[in-house]
Amino acid sequence: MMTDILPLLPVLVPVIAGIVMLFTGRRNVYLQRVIASATGLILVILSVVTIIYIAGNGMAVTHVGNWNAPYGISMVIDMLAALLLFGTAIVTFTVVVFSFQSIGAVRERFFYYPMVMFMITGVNGAFITGDIFNMFVFFEVFLLASYVLITIGGTKIQLQEGFKYYLVNVISSNFFVLSVAYLYVSVGTLNMADIHQKLSAFEGDAAILTIIAVVMLFVFATKAGLFPFYFWLPGSYFAPPIPIMALFGALLTKVGVYAIARTYSLFFIDNIGFTHQMLLFLAVLTIIMGSIGALAYTDMKKIIIYNILIAIGVITAGYAMMDEAGTIGATYYLIHDIIIKAGLFFLIGFIIYRTGESDINRLGGLIKIHPVAGWTFFIAALGIAGVPPFSGFYGKLFITESLIDNGHVFSAIIVLLSSLVVLYSIMRIFISVFWGENMDFSKLKPISYDKLLFSSFVMIALVVILGFGADIFYPIFESAAQSLYDPASYSGYLLEVE
Amino acid sequence: MNLKSTLKKLGYAKVHKQMNDVFLKYTAKVVFLIIITFSINLFFSGHYTPGGGFVGGLLAAAAIVLLLLAYDLKTINKMIPFDHKWLIALGLTLSVFVPLVLMIFGQPFFTHQALYIELPIFGEVPIHTAVFFDVGVYITVAATTLLIITLLATEQAMSDSEGADRS
Repeated sequence: MMTDILPLLPVLVPVIAGIVMLFTGRRNVYLQRVIASATGLILVILSVVTIIYIAGNGMAVTHVGNWNAPYGISMVIDMLAALLLFGTAIVTFTVVVFSFQSIGAVRERFFYYPMVMFMITGVNGAFITGDIFNMFVFFEVFLLASYVLITIGGTKIQLQEGFKYYLVNVISSNFFVLSVAYLYVSVGTLNMADIHQKLSAFEGDAAILTIIAVVMLFVFATKAGLFPFYFWLPGSYFAPPIPIMALFGALLTKVGVYAIARTYSLFFIDNIGFTHQMLLFLAVLTIIMGSIGALAYTDMKKIIIYNILIAIGVITAGYAMMDEAGTIGATYYLIHDIIIKAGLFFLIGFIIYRTGESDINRLGGLIKIHPVAGWTFFIAALGIAGVPPFSGFYGKLFITESLIDNGHVFSAIIVLLSSLVVLYSIMRIFISVFWGENMDFSKLKPISYDKLLFSSFVMIALVVILGFGADIFYPIFESAAQSLYDPASYSGYLLEVE
Repeated sequence: MNLKSTLKKLGYAKVHKQMNDVFLKYTAKVVFLIIITFSINLFFSGHYTPGGGFVGGLLAAAAIVLLLLAYDLKTINKMIPFDHKWLIALGLTLSVFVPLVLMIFGQPFFTHQALYIELPIFGEVPIHTAVFFDVGVYITVAATTLLIITLLATEQAMSDSEGADRS
């Protein structure tokens, strides 16, 4: 009974909240805020319960419609999915709270909160589904909602970049269906665990699988923003307002990375020499391109957006190794990055809404007015760069260790150097915005900002907890990584079905 | 003729006429009935044979769009006196809450339940929960399609150049 309901709640709760908000109408913004934040809180509690449940009882599986796997669609939450659910939930809650004082009444009236909820439905669904075609469906669910969110408000830049975003994603979604069709033709099943079992015992020509691996990498690399396919990302993420930017930057690219990790651990196990090598190659190039972008701009939003690319590259490099240390490090860094990116977006969002400027050259001396926010930003900068007691360090430690173990010393050096670039690019924001010459303080906007700061503090506090409690959380991340480096433990639930 | 005016029979006495294409209007009324009937037929044949709520809903929307072409938006709005967005919410509610209620039976989400009852003329008729779910899909698809088309048809200014950020 418990196992039947629990795995579906992360999908059901936001969709029901979205529908209820559609009914309450667009005039009653206050009620929408209450419902949206309550839903965020419920999701956070739910995901913590799920993590505890899975730590005690192993994977939670339900077969939707009582059609048994591998014939029906299964919802499978392993520890990796549960951790990502937690990341999604905490980002949802803080973004909703952040939106109260930043998104503006006009957007709130045009179904902003329902769309956030529908997007979370899709993101959660993509994390927990055990069926590759169903994953495509949930990708479409959150993409449809994200098309609305990226253009909501209808400003010129949003419509321009939204169109680009729409076009890129429609094309890559087409290729997603194509690759799923290839896979179905060659394996004859869509259940991911079943595909893994069939492929482990695959006797035929594995060349077709390499082709599928390339097509799928094209799809997920476009969603995640890996090297040749990241061209849309800096422009499109720049367009919408800060809360939506935080939501996209923290979550949407990570869904792509999750899909890469899942498919490359379960499906493409035959020709690792080619597929995973290609993944590492793209990851390193992504890190380099992201570093160039992060150093080139003086706009705070652009700097953080290019930092997303660096993080995506580092995580993918970890997953490309697919050994124990690599996947533990990458999983840890994935969760760390969801939290810290949202926190950084909140902090620069606070600065932008308070000053009306996003160029660091026009800001300065803010530490005199906002000392707490300034030092929080400092901690965030240390955290994202991976200065030891903070959480970024442990992820990079494991990833680098794994890279060196596998003989990719050059890639390991690039990963380490990227930390310096990240530290420099974020510290540059800190130094010129919070220190430096005083800007004209009379130009500060008289907004209320307690909720903006609340969201930022929650995220940065979580980063600190994640860093200092790394020892305590280690078993959780180890069991999350296990379903990647030991995919048989993921597909094992099929045995119980028979 | 019983087909004299389908709309008038339904109580829509005032039919707004802007252009006087008698053939189009008369044909549209007849074809509207045919399409709606076929869409309901498709809807009910959905479980075992091709069809279902999605296709049925699309066809229903197509039928209404035909009327929209022959008459005008005001007529359509009188015919369906609900807000399209409200209809979408209603449809979504049906298709989420029906499977949700079924969870009370202690079975996974989306597990369907069937009940067979005896009716005087039809004989044994199945009452299937999937039908109620599909009604929700039907309404949602029809309302969404209509919403898109009516939004494109009306030249309501959705946003100016600066949209929500204008001060």
